[in-house]
Amino acid sequence: MYSPVPSFVRIAAVCSKEMIHLVHDRLTFGMVVMIPLFQLILFGYTINTDVRNVPAAVADNLNNSFSRQLTMDLQATQVVDFVQVVDTPQQLEALIQQGSVSAGLYIPRDAEERYYTGDRSIAQLLVDGSDTTLGGAVRQLSRFPFLPGGTISNSERVDQISVRLLYNPERRSALFTVPGLLGVILTMTMIMFTSIAIVRERERGNMELLITTPVRNLELMVGKITPYVGIGLVQVSVILFLGVALFDIPVMGNIFPVYTVCLVFILANLTLGLMISTLVRNQLAAMQMSFFILLPSILLSGFMFPFVAMPKIAQYIAEILPLTHFLRVIRGVMLRGEPLTGLVGDLSYLLVFSLVFLVISTLRFSKRLE
Amino acid sequence: MNPVIEVRGLTKRFGSFTAVDQVDMTIPKQQVYGFLGPNGSGKTTAIRMMCGLLTPTAGQIEVLGMRIPEQTEQIRRQVGYMTQKFSMYGDLTVLQNMQFMARIMGVYGRGMGRRISELLVRFKLDSFASRAAGSLSGGQKRRLALAAAVIHEPKLLLLDEPTSEVDPNTRREFWDELFLMCEAGATILVTTHLMDEAERCHHLAILNEGKKVADGSPQELKTDLAAEIFQINGPDISTIRDHLHSMVEVLATARSGISLRVILRNDGLRAPGWLEMTLQAYDAEITRVAPSIEDVFVMATQNNIDKVVG
Repeated sequence: MYSPVPSFVRIAAVCSKEMIHLVHDRLTFGMVVMIPLFQLILFGYTINTDVRNVPAAVADNLNNSFSRQLTMDLQATQVVDFVQVVDTPQQLEALIQQGSVSAGLYIPRDAEERYYTGDRSIAQLLVDGSDTTLGGAVRQLSRFPFLPGGTISNSERVDQISVRLLYNPERRSALFTVPGLLGVILTMTMIMFTSIAIVRERERGNMELLITTPVRNLELMVGKITPYVGIGLVQVSVILFLGVALFDIPVMGNIFPVYTVCLVFILANLTLGLMISTLVRNQLAAMQMSFFILLPSILLSGFMFPFVAMPKIAQYIAEILPLTHFLRVIRGVMLRGEPLTGLVGDLSYLLVFSLVFLVISTLRFSKRLE
Repeated sequence: MNPVIEVRGLTKRFGSFTAVDQVDMTIPKQQVYGFLGPNGSGKTTAIRMMCGLLTPTAGQIEVLGMRIPEQTEQIRRQVGYMTQKFSMYGDLTVLQNMQFMARIMGVYGRGMGRRISELLVRFKLDSFASRAAGSLSGGQKRRLALAAAVIHEPKLLLLDEPTSEVDPNTRREFWDELFLMCEAGATILVTTHLMDEAERCHHLAILNEGKKVADGSPQELKTDLAAEIFQINGPDISTIRDHLHSMVEVLATARSGISLRVILRNDGLRAPGWLEMTLQAYDAEITRVAPSIEDVFVMATQNNIDKVVG
């Protein structure tokens, strides 16, 4: 009989076996790079909450220099783009209903009189409210300061409260989206990879042999997730590189805190995936469970909608999800250059989360076939 | 000398189905002990309980002096298990599979490389060392699984149908290898449903529908068979078979080529005379033959007969 060997020998054995699987599994290996690439390009370029160039039509019943200047000034905001000219407000409504334009400007015959009388609004903007983001942006035009004649008067109309945007003065969505995407991509891939890790051994019939060996549960778990920590960090690098190259994302301060935060977050997701793997019976169920976690993560974490605007109950649920904590931390670290010391709370939550799920998986995994 | 495996009242139920029912068994050291039984007779379930993969519903198991399931982890270093289905990693090479198993089983350090290459040569796998295990032939896969199962020189080998899907020559080599290991001190429990393999074992236990229905060395089992075997040659075998089939004295009939093998009840000691009388009308040549393990097996696993042998 051979004498017992230290634990790390078995962990290293499982770990190197996993890496061989990974290299052989082209699909998984491709996903490591392709998922970040596709998601970053799709989300980065398409998710754009700065509404620009909304197609609009105008029905100008006044048709003089006053009305033309109003139209031109609105066009100059770049929010709306007047692509069609019609005669009546009814035609405007019809166009919006057809969907060929999303907004319509109606300037009545007495618009100029209304302006100087000052008791009624001078024109009407019809907005397609079925898209709330778009509707909200066009609605802001109601406060548009219009001065006929184009002169700028030192009018009394100074904003009561001035707003200054910190950290993202140009209001670029990509700046907000990319750190979020970092979290979403890691959630998606890390949970997916490990959720199939154990169930795959079961499906391929390797489990029956593996559980008759002296490998301990914890050794198996640690050996299985270790290679994916490396994979996760590779993904982080890919995303950061693309973020800087394509969207000019500023990585404030040191790169070290960013990787530290990502590492902790990767661990949390890997152990969550591992737990899923001990719950399900086949790879399909593992995938379904992963999506069951992914969807609330995307919707509730603050990636899609501002966290503070959500109802309390949704906020409580969101607090459980690792992504919520990660987003809070990564935006601070990446965009505001916040030091890690200010983020201890969220970081410790992620660490505790990882530990708890590692323990649950280890306890749940039974070296029996039943 | 303490037995290697000692099993008392071993029972496993899956819901209302009883897979293994009150099995007692004692396996002494350095024996090749065969588990013979038809498909679904509970062989795999029994062997899985003995290596701690399944928890028994009732009964005691003691392996190498340690109790299962309580001390399962301790005995894992001393037991080698070969699963019925190929359970090595198909995308890893032969060498990588061996290295993985070696490290997991505690064969580590300078000895590992030597042990692996020795086993690869012994099981004729050295020329396939860098082939993916999944692309090996059936026989090669079996040899790899056996090589991996013995990598840590276990005292007890549990082999679950090790020679299914293997050609007769490979099977013979495989069994030669088992006897070599047995002579070197290992105890081997092997399940099979092949008669020629059963014949080779030192000791046989026959399982049927979860119950042990026979137990003994192949020679004992054949000698103690409570039946007499006749071989009938004649022009009208099919009619003779139909004729005999309905009679209570006839326990079983089996055709092989142009002859008919008949197993007769031997309670009244009138078997040869009775058979000649019964077959008077036919032009049949009746020869009495020695029982084979197949006869033992047929008798033991016929459900309408209570314990015939034993």
